[in-house]
Amino acid sequence: MLFDNRLKTFHKGGVHPDDNKLSAEAGIEELPLPRSVTIPIYQHIGAPPKIVVERGDMVKTGQVIAVHEGFVSANIHSSVSGKVGKIDPVMDSSGYKHTAINIRVKGDEWMETIDRSEELIIEIPYSPKEIIEKIMQAGVVGQGGAAFPSHVKLSVPEGKTVDTLVINGVECEPYLTADHRLMLEKPREILVGTRILMKALGVDRAIVAIENNKEDAIALLSEMVKDHPGITVEALKVQYPQGGEKQLIEALLGREVPSGGLPHDVGAMVHNVGTTYSMYLAVQKNQPLIQRVVTVTGKSLQKPSNFLVRIGTPVIDLVAAAGGIPEDTGKVISGGPMMGKALADLKVPIAKATSGILVIPAAESKRAEVYQCLRCGKCIEACPMGLEPYQLMLLAKGENTDKTKEENILDCMECGSCSFVCPSNRPILDYIRFGKAKLKKAAKE
Amino acid sequence: MNEVTATVLILVSLGAIAAVILYFVSRKFRVKEDPRLPMVMEALPNTNCGGCGLPGCAAFAEALVKADDLAPYHCPVGGNEVMKEVAEILGKEVEERDPYVAVVRCSGSFEHRKQTSVYDGAANCTIASELYSGDHGCAYGCVGLGECVDACDFDAMYMDETTGLPVVIEDKCTACNACVTACPKDILELWPVGRKSQRIYVACKNEEKSGVARQECSVACTGCSKCLEECKYDAIAVEKNLATIDFEKCTLCAKCVIVCDSENIKADNVPAKTLEKLIERQQKKLEKEKAEKEKNKQAARTEKNVESPTVKSEKDAI
Repeated sequence: MLFDNRLKTFHKGGVHPDDNKLSAEAGIEELPLPRSVTIPIYQHIGAPPKIVVERGDMVKTGQVIAVHEGFVSANIHSSVSGKVGKIDPVMDSSGYKHTAINIRVKGDEWMETIDRSEELIIEIPYSPKEIIEKIMQAGVVGQGGAAFPSHVKLSVPEGKTVDTLVINGVECEPYLTADHRLMLEKPREILVGTRILMKALGVDRAIVAIENNKEDAIALLSEMVKDHPGITVEALKVQYPQGGEKQLIEALLGREVPSGGLPHDVGAMVHNVGTTYSMYLAVQKNQPLIQRVVTVTGKSLQKPSNFLVRIGTPVIDLVAAAGGIPEDTGKVISGGPMMGKALADLKVPIAKATSGILVIPAAESKRAEVYQCLRCGKCIEACPMGLEPYQLMLLAKGENTDKTKEENILDCMECGSCSFVCPSNRPILDYIRFGKAKLKKAAKE
Repeated sequence: MNEVTATVLILVSLGAIAAVILYFVSRKFRVKEDPRLPMVMEALPNTNCGGCGLPGCAAFAEALVKADDLAPYHCPVGGNEVMKEVAEILGKEVEERDPYVAVVRCSGSFEHRKQTSVYDGAANCTIASELYSGDHGCAYGCVGLGECVDACDFDAMYMDETTGLPVVIEDKCTACNACVTACPKDILELWPVGRKSQRIYVACKNEEKSGVARQECSVACTGCSKCLEECKYDAIAVEKNLATIDFEKCTLCAKCVIVCDSENIKADNVPAKTLEKLIERQQKKLEKEKAEKEKNKQAARTEKNVESPTVKSEKDAI
């Protein structure tokens, strides 16, 4: 059933890592408020916002503490109420120091404008422009991983039309279950969120895409979409990286996004379910993006869980709530095992795009010995973008920027399938990232 | 005619005809080459390191022969001797330039910086620094994976296993710039070899505030400005919590070296005697200052003693 060949899927490459969805049964728990939060102001792609609070200011939950600068940027809100402390560079999940605002928690006083009731509001009295404005004010960014500001994505450039909206509930990364739990516990809100997006874009067709290993979510949402004309639910084959934007569009609509293009070039747009839920809250409840669902999981972890966490909570608090850090821990990863990043410090704060915290035992986390490239071509077979990873690696190693550009290195979305299948354990993706960085640097000069 | 003579005759005449054709063709299509070019090539070190900024010695030789003025060209490997030789061949003049050498501006060795995490990815500094700031807290310091050593064509560098930092072998370094461009953290810099091969520089690039910097590395420059106050020649600038020495203004007096609390101003090839003398003088100066302070304090105390009875008497009056 899981690998049903009649189900839709993408057609180039792909791999099948072990699912390991340990926390699939764990309901979303609200994490107790931390003693203080550290909110990085640079949590999205684009320009960093301008800080509008000072040390010693009292802030309420949901208050704007940094205002977007320029269009491609996002507002940052206080996720707790309390007193603003140090505004200093602090190490975030990137491993580098970026400016962050520290807030000491005092009580939990929310902004009066925010509707905190559980009541579902279905009516959408706003115009598309108003919806996008509200989403912009709420600082919503893509929660699938890239953290691209949502209002920018929704502002389709003139001359392009979008006919289909895709809600991404695939969650193809092993271990992660945050989106899965959200779909089970907030399905109505997600569907209203979808309706909001459809209205903002002026489309009458939306597809909620879910991978076939989440049968309960598929059944639940299929039942509920009956009240929402235009929205359908589609089960997809279990294959990594099914949740990649371009892979999803190809699987569902049979359209291929051109190299260097964006989904709206082929009339589609993809939003993650978490983002859709945040947009519902932003538009209907005036609640900015100040908390999100984060999966905390790992084989030796006492209690793999899904937590509703305020942005800026230190990672260590989440791990402690899930039973503390196991003794045999080798690595703690922010994100999933395929695309996530090992953390250099457990004090780093949860950001808007942190979907999971994965604790890996030492025995599994070690890199295996690297051998010579066999030219076996397995990485080419696995690459969902149709690239030649082994060649990109060699070109990147030789810093041949002209050639890497010709070979479309920038099309790589860093899904890690090539490194995953390599029988010689070569760190292919590391070198491709290196090549991409060199190419971008060369382009700047 | 027997077969042997016929064959020989035909082959000889064929050869002769071909020779005549080749002679005229080669005259017609001759590539005019400056006769000085091979001579210049001979004079150059032929290491093809690219240190001159051109792709290899052949390109450099060509540029030299074509150039009207040799001022913008310099071969760092051959140095002034080779440039003089080249100038003689070309009949032009060349200015003497100070020889340069690479210096390592980081002293974050294993004993000074705490290891905070373990990196087991590809052994390449650029890749590691793309991912995070390194296996120690300092985002400015040496990553320690030896990309500079790999880049060196002259065996002039090696990684010191006890410190985890690269070491430049002065005599072999040609200042070709390869390590400087290879380093993702810009720790390596080219400095003039200096008078008597002496150089004084701050071996740190950490721009963090003092407390944070010291937490990351016990010898980090905190930007305390002691060296700035000591320098009489305006050679030191403190910007972004980091002191930098301007080699053009530095007179190698080494006074800054002994006042640095981090002991992180490096004095290459400055004799130990000079430093010892300076330290002695500094100690004397400090003692003198201390004595003066004590004197002042005592003076203040006696003044107070004089004052206090009057206060008492005032109080009594009230």
